[in-house]
Parts: sequence; structure tokens; C-alpha cells
Amino acid sequence: MNYLRLLWIFLRIGTMNELAYRANFWVQLVQSLLNLGVALAGLAVIFSHTEELGGWQPAELVALLGVFFLMSGLIGALIQPSMQRFMEDVRLGTLDFTLTKPEDAQVLVSVGEVRIWKFLDVVQGVALIAVALVEIGMRAGLVHAAGFALTLAAGAAIVYSFWLVLATTTFWFIKAENILVIFQAVYSAGKYPVAIYPRWLKLAMTFLVPVAFAVTVPTEALVGRLSSEVLWGALAMAGGMLVGARAFWL
Amino acid sequence: MRGLADIYSTLFRTDLAVQFQYRAAMVIWLIGRIVDTLVFLSVWTAVARSKGGQVGDFSSGDFAAYYIIMMMMGHLTFTWFMFEFEYRVRSGAFSPLLLQPLHPIHRDIATNISYKFLTLAVMLPTVGLMVWIFDPVFDPPIWAIWAAIPVVLLAFLMRFFVEWALALVALWTTRTAAANQLYFAVSLFFSGQMAPLSLLPEWLQTLAAILPFRWMLAFPTELLLGRLTPAEVIWGAVTQVMWLGLSWGILAVVWSRGVRRYSAVGS
Repeated sequence: MNYLRLLWIFLRIGTMNELAYRANFWVQLVQSLLNLGVALAGLAVIFSHTEELGGWQPAELVALLGVFFLMSGLIGALIQPSMQRFMEDVRLGTLDFTLTKPEDAQVLVSVGEVRIWKFLDVVQGVALIAVALVEIGMRAGLVHAAGFALTLAAGAAIVYSFWLVLATTTFWFIKAENILVIFQAVYSAGKYPVAIYPRWLKLAMTFLVPVAFAVTVPTEALVGRLSSEVLWGALAMAGGMLVGARAFWL
Repeated sequence: MRGLADIYSTLFRTDLAVQFQYRAAMVIWLIGRIVDTLVFLSVWTAVARSKGGQVGDFSSGDFAAYYIIMMMMGHLTFTWFMFEFEYRVRSGAFSPLLLQPLHPIHRDIATNISYKFLTLAVMLPTVGLMVWIFDPVFDPPIWAIWAAIPVVLLAFLMRFFVEWALALVALWTTRTAAANQLYFAVSLFFSGQMAPLSLLPEWLQTLAAILPFRWMLAFPTELLLGRLTPAEVIWGAVTQVMWLGLSWGILAVVWSRGVRRYSAVGS
């Protein structure tokens, strides 16, 4: 309960900070819409030459794109800013202020900063998912929705743990920001289903940088292609990574 | 002329030494380009597979060759000044450059070339690895390879001048992130990175011939694939020279006005 209260307070502080820079809203809006336009135009070019991509129908790929934007919005709004701030704090020595506070340092570090305008990506992603579901015919029932919610939460947990582990390495390396560039690059490959990639890349995107769990698996749950093994695998991976990241942090 | 050659050789030497310190960071920045190439190549290979191995005038081997060459062209011609100028203006880092009795563009040219020279040590093995994995069909006529040398050089120069001129917008607006993104979004489609231009709808191809992006990337790539006739190559080179001259002219005008506008926000 206490942690939820903390989270709420930090969200409010972050929001107030951001509201001071209202022009950023428009910049972010333009950027989000541009990203959307580029992604949809890319799909249009691809589907002018084929009816399906790696076994996925156009509407299913739109849903995948929706989940991609949803997840990148969450990462960009909550996970990435806090972790970047944390790494900066390690480098400058200002982390001491956080460590002396009478709360769990991992929690404090993880909610350190919020970029609310990035939630535009989340809105955009949800809209895309809605459009795609209507297009598919919305045969999705309660089971699909529950599977989607579970895998999405698992995906978010996996991405969070992954970032936390990477950010924690700054205690040794001091400057690890560049590693995050790799994450960005590989994450952008999640715009398409991992099924189309060569096997070694598929493995890297599943275990090295967990893009598959963050984007492809939740979408599979949403459109009803998910097998129960993958569902349990994702949940187990999420649990394992949360525990592992915590252990690494300590 | 003699003086400029001296300046350049000094700039190259110092730049190489400076950049060699940041080896790891340099390599990591290349990963974005390599991943992008892998993504587009995988997408089109998957499309080719579902169509029985052929999309338009491209087989999967052609796609592999196209994207591997495109990756190399992208590496040889790209610049980062559209991002750097925002930093320069905001932090005031531009001021010392302006004080020197040398146009800052010379320093930028030297940095760009020495960066690419150093990173070739990573790009060439990557190309080798991708050739081994994806099995490209690469069989251009000899004249095309020779013709590619001036064409790639022109592509580099015109892209450099176009993007440097556009980067000067930062002197007026200070914030350029959204404008940069627009530029790269448009260039993604019209330079042939998203898909080979011959796979785009007719009206987009017409537009691509008018815009500068095709002449930066798709044109040298198609030349090296052996898909162009000599007449098309000459026409392409003429277009490149026209764009180079145009951006040079714009640069000269914008530069003298922009420097007067420059206000060094951070200092």
C-alpha cells in the first residue's frame, strides 16, 4: 500500500514538472503521429505486394503495431526516464540522496521520473488495437482479453527487469548509456512479428533483448494465436526476471 | 589550395586520434543501421517467400544484395549534423567554432570522413557476414563498378550539403527534433530504404525522381546492382550535380543570414 502511495506521489510530481513545458506536448504529438504514419505507410507498401507476412494478416499486423506503440509509450513514459536519471545519478554521485531515504532504493529509483507526453503513444496504440479488433471481427472473448492483459503485464515486467539489470551495471561501468542505444535499435525490430526473422535473430530478440515477449506475445494472445505453453513461458520468464533483477540489484 | 590541404591533413590526424578514444561508442552507434537493414531484409524475404520467391523484379537473392549495398551506401553517405546543430546552438558550443578563421564546414567534413574511415573496420566484416548468411545475387557489369566511384562520391557530397544546409535551421528554431524526424520519415520512403523504389506505386516513383533522396541512396545502389543503363547513370549523375549546386547555393545564402541570427542560447 505504501509503495502505491509513493508511486502516486512521484507520478504527480513528474506530471507537474512536465506541465511546465507545454510546448513539448505538440512536439511529441507531431513525433507520435509521424511514427504512426511511417509505420502504417510501410505496412501499406508491404501489403500491396502480398496478402500475408510470415502467416500474419494485415489487420493482425495493425494490432501488433498497436501493441508496439502501447509498449513503447509505457517504456518511454515510465521506465526509460527513471532509468536514465538513475544512471546519471550514479555517474554524478547524486544517487547518495536517494540511498539515504528511508524507503527501498529500487522502488525510489524506478519511479524517479515520468514523461507524461509519451502517454500519447499509449493512446495511439490503444486506438490502433481497437481499429484492428473491429477489422478482425472481434471474435475475441473474455479468455483472449485476460490472456492479453496477462502477457502484456508479463512483457512490461520483463522489459522493466531488463532495463533495471542494464542500468545497475552502471555501478561498475559508470557510463552505460550506449548500451541502451542497442535496446532502442533492437526494440524497433519488434514492429514486425518475430516469425519473419532468421532463427538466430529470433533467439536474440526473445532472450537477449526481450522484444518478442514485450510485443509479439501479447499480440498473439489478443488475436488468439497464443498457445498455452508460450503463455506460461512468458509468465515464468517475467517472474524469473523480476526476481533475478532484484537479486542483481541487491 | 595548398593551405586548405594542410588544414585538412591536420584535422584528419586530430580527428582520428580523438575518435579512436571512443571505440565502443562508435561501434554501438552502428548497430542501429545494421538492425534496420536486417529488419527490412527479413520483411522482404518473407514477402518473397510467400509469393514463391519473386516480388516484382526482385528475388530474395536480389533483396539481399539490394539491402547489403544499401547499408553500405547509407554508411558512406550519412551525416549527423541535423542532430548536432541543435546541441551546438543550445549549449553555445558553436561559438568557438565561429571564432576560428576557418569555415566550420571543413571541420565537419574532416570529422565525418575520419569517422567513416575508422568504422569501416566494423562495417566490412558485417557486410561479409551478411553476404555469408543471406546469399545475395550480385553480378554487376564492370563499368557499373567503375561508374559507382564518382556516383557514390557525388551522393556523399550532395547529401552532406543538403543536410548541413537543413541543419542550419537550428540557428532560427533552436529545437529541431520534430523537423529532423519529418526529414528522415520522408527519406525512408523516397531513398529506397523502406522498399526498392520499383516496388512503390507509380506516383511515388515519379515523386522520388524529383526529390533529392533517391539520388543519395537508391541510385548508387541500383547502379551497383547492375539495374541501370549507361544513359540512366549519366542522367542520374547530372541530377546529383544539380542538387549539389542547388544546396551549395542555399547553404551560402542561409549561412550568412543564420550566423547573424545565432544567439548561443546556453551561454
